[in-house]
Amino acid sequence: MFAELPLLSLLIWLPILGGIWVLMVNPENQSTLRTAALAVSLVTFVLSLPLFFGFDITTAAMQFSELKPWIPMFGINYHLGVDGISMPLIILTSFITIIVVLAAWQVIQDRPAHYLAAFLIMEGLMNGVFAALDGMLFYLLWEAMLIPMFIIIGVWGGPRRVYAAVKFFLYTFLGSVLMLVALLYLYSHTHNFSILDFHTVPLTMEAQMWIFVAFLLAFAVKVPMWPVHTWLPDAHVEAPTGGSVILAAIMLKMGTYGFLRFSLPIAPDASHAMDGFMIALSLIAIVYISFVALIQSDMKKLVAYSSISHMGFVTLGFFIPFMIVQNTGATDAAMMGIEGAMVQMISHGFISGAMFLAIGVLYDRLHSRDIATYGGVGHVMPKFALFAVFFAMANAGLPGTSGFVGEFMVILSSFAANFWIAFFAAVTLIVGAAYTLWMIKRVVFGEITPQKQSTVGQLVDMNPRETLIMVSLAAMVLLFGLWPAPLLDVMHVTVENLVNHLLQSKAL
Amino acid sequence: MNLANLHLLLPEIFVLSMACVILLVDAYWRKCLHGIAYQLSQATLVGALLFTAFISVKEPVIALSGTFVWDSMAKVLKLFIYVITFTVFLYSRQYLIDRNLFKGEFFVLGLFAMAGMMVMVSAHHFLTLYLGLELLSLSLYAMVAMHRDSAQASEAAMKYFVLGALASGMLLYGMSIIYGLTGSLDLTTIAGVIAENKIEPMLLKFGLVFILIGLAFKLGAVPFHMWLPDVYQGAPTAVTLFISSAPKLAAFAMLMRLLVEGLGSLNVDWQGMLLFLSVLSMALGNIVAIAQTNVKRMLAYSTISHVGFLLLGMLTAKEAGYAAAMFYTMVYTLMSLGAFGLLLLLSHAGFEAENLNDFKGLNRRQPWYALIMMIVVLSMAGVPPMLGFWAKWSVLSQVVAGGFMWLAVLAVLFSVIGAFYYLRIIKLMYFDAPTDNAPVLKPSADIHWALTLNGMVILVLGVLPESLMTVCRVALS
Repeated sequence: MFAELPLLSLLIWLPILGGIWVLMVNPENQSTLRTAALAVSLVTFVLSLPLFFGFDITTAAMQFSELKPWIPMFGINYHLGVDGISMPLIILTSFITIIVVLAAWQVIQDRPAHYLAAFLIMEGLMNGVFAALDGMLFYLLWEAMLIPMFIIIGVWGGPRRVYAAVKFFLYTFLGSVLMLVALLYLYSHTHNFSILDFHTVPLTMEAQMWIFVAFLLAFAVKVPMWPVHTWLPDAHVEAPTGGSVILAAIMLKMGTYGFLRFSLPIAPDASHAMDGFMIALSLIAIVYISFVALIQSDMKKLVAYSSISHMGFVTLGFFIPFMIVQNTGATDAAMMGIEGAMVQMISHGFISGAMFLAIGVLYDRLHSRDIATYGGVGHVMPKFALFAVFFAMANAGLPGTSGFVGEFMVILSSFAANFWIAFFAAVTLIVGAAYTLWMIKRVVFGEITPQKQSTVGQLVDMNPRETLIMVSLAAMVLLFGLWPAPLLDVMHVTVENLVNHLLQSKAL
Repeated sequence: MNLANLHLLLPEIFVLSMACVILLVDAYWRKCLHGIAYQLSQATLVGALLFTAFISVKEPVIALSGTFVWDSMAKVLKLFIYVITFTVFLYSRQYLIDRNLFKGEFFVLGLFAMAGMMVMVSAHHFLTLYLGLELLSLSLYAMVAMHRDSAQASEAAMKYFVLGALASGMLLYGMSIIYGLTGSLDLTTIAGVIAENKIEPMLLKFGLVFILIGLAFKLGAVPFHMWLPDVYQGAPTAVTLFISSAPKLAAFAMLMRLLVEGLGSLNVDWQGMLLFLSVLSMALGNIVAIAQTNVKRMLAYSTISHVGFLLLGMLTAKEAGYAAAMFYTMVYTLMSLGAFGLLLLLSHAGFEAENLNDFKGLNRRQPWYALIMMIVVLSMAGVPPMLGFWAKWSVLSQVVAGGFMWLAVLAVLFSVIGAFYYLRIIKLMYFDAPTDNAPVLKPSADIHWALTLNGMVILVLGVLPESLMTVCRVALS
């Protein structure tokens, strides 16, 4: 029955229209508002499921495609479709949005209609980014997404929200405009904006290098890679909980998704030439940023830095294949690197989202993100302690959680490339465990000191709504930790196709 | 004189006669028929729109001994000028009433200025072009000075007049040199003579430079932009709204007529000069705008940067590039209407909304207008899905197609700098708390709906921009 529906269009437009609908509900009536927003996000999630169950895992071609002329004069089409790379990300987006709506339930009292509407509209735009197969459609949605996020950080954020919001906007805007020039350059070769045509168009090495650099600026800012990561800690710290969750769980994935959809296939030779540089940047993110995370006293900042470090594994996995194929001549390990990176993207979406939500739970109660404010929370909030420790373990990459699968695959494949790369990446797992567990130790464990009796001592454990959010995220982390096969099956053929494409030079 | 094609001038004749009628009606019956000048002016614009819309000529026609041309570009631009002027009068009404400026003179001068624009748009001769330009400029000088008691307005008018006269002088000098070299004032003949390559190129370049300086003055391109911020700030906001909208369309037409139709074969020379003007305008406009606290002045610098972008489209010297520049101009006038329209709305009796802080907390007071302003401002910054993005996009795509990659990179970098001051307006409206006792305004229904339509057009055409792009492409082919 779902075959006839324009599913991807629905996944884009339903949340956007739903968001506008929420704006029109009488703002006094807060419970209707929230129920409406929840209903929209639930329906969207249900509609995203057929993408998974109806997905043909034997082909790398685009599925659920939709193609309508949009601006035919310039060869711009409304072209949507998903493959094994984008489909899981769309489902992740739809899932996380439900969590964000739930997390805002009683917390957001100031203009909840605008808050919820902004998230729903953003959900539509993000689904669109992952589904777009036309360069201009992609760019339009990619940029448009900045507007609701800018508003969310600036209106509902912390004390330095204005600085963080403007920094976030300008940083990402700067990266993206150069991507626009690259898209226009590609258009002058293909005379349309189809991303699939961009993949096949032959380009000289010099052109590829310029295109690679332009895309790199756009995506590296979004991922974010060292050294253009500085907006992320600010944005995370100032954003409201929901904003941090969306940022960490989905927006960062857009950067890495961009590498897979644009940089690697459009400029494979340049990617090959630049892979050492990319791997170096990834390793700096993994190692250096881990140590930066270690000394943070603000919980949100710590998780933000941990995100940057974890995203380093993703970029490492994407750019390691060239070296592997050079060394071994086989593509198996190369594929494992990319697949591991993709698993890491999904897994990090759940884990970092959960970490920010856990911090949000504490913040809602004591209005502090400072680690020193807490201590011994486990005594008064046992349920919270359970989930906090669980997600901390997942963040540190404990086997059995999804955090382990991705990082393990990436490190394993790095061994096929170069021992030292794998060594540095693996050593960082220890630092990762150190900063996460140390934070948990200082927040959750220990005794409640007498000075903190009036604050920490009075904390109330998680309510059923918060527990429900944590349980659903924990279920996902365990599911993909213990049984990642469905996820790997979905992406396998697409990745195989991508690796084969990468190995063929398209230079003139 | 051949009068066979006189019907092509019907709109101009109609507008001029009506302006005279309104002048008389207003002089005698101002007391008993309150606001008659306003209503008659709006009726005139509707009438002119109908006249123009019903003249359908397939091929371009050159009438009146080669002084007047009727082509699809003229038709489209004129129709657009009527709509813009209509909206300007509509937005200005309440503002003028509050300041006791709601007099016939504003509308009569407005119509005369518009007649000047119409002549410029259809000019095919140096003299007609100059005639239209002067009719427009003289009307605008008077409009700026309309607020007699305001020292600031008088100063702005003086500055505008002196520098405007200087620019006209430059233009006229350039025209006389070209006339001396080619022996003609008719654009077709001039183009033909130059194409024969018998004239010393250095002399032609000498004339071209003066013509271009005149044009740059009128457009407000750096380094000939000095009058623009002062005039924008000093003039009554209603007049600023007018100056910043419709005349830009006429200025675009002037560029097309002079540079492309008349001096088209000198394109290699004027490309370089436009490049210089364009880069400087984008740089200075965007950077200096950051330092402004007065909104009108800030929008003036933003105009300068938009002119830079417009010139980018022109300097590709290709038809698609001109179409992109025309599209950009049209979009710019729509955005300018929205921004100054909201500024007029926020001003009320005894209060001029012109400082950035007047936008503080607008979202709390009047969320709908804050939303419209956000749409307009994001559009100016070139953020999709607003129409302003496609304007920048179409110009950039032509620049890239022309092989000027570095220019495209430079242009997008300057627009990132520009985004900063546009974001500041959004920050003030959405992130800041309202100041003490700013009142909640209730504008009349027509102004409310016109502004709403203005904002929605920018958003909806931003999602579906093809129609307007096609109009521009067809108009220039």
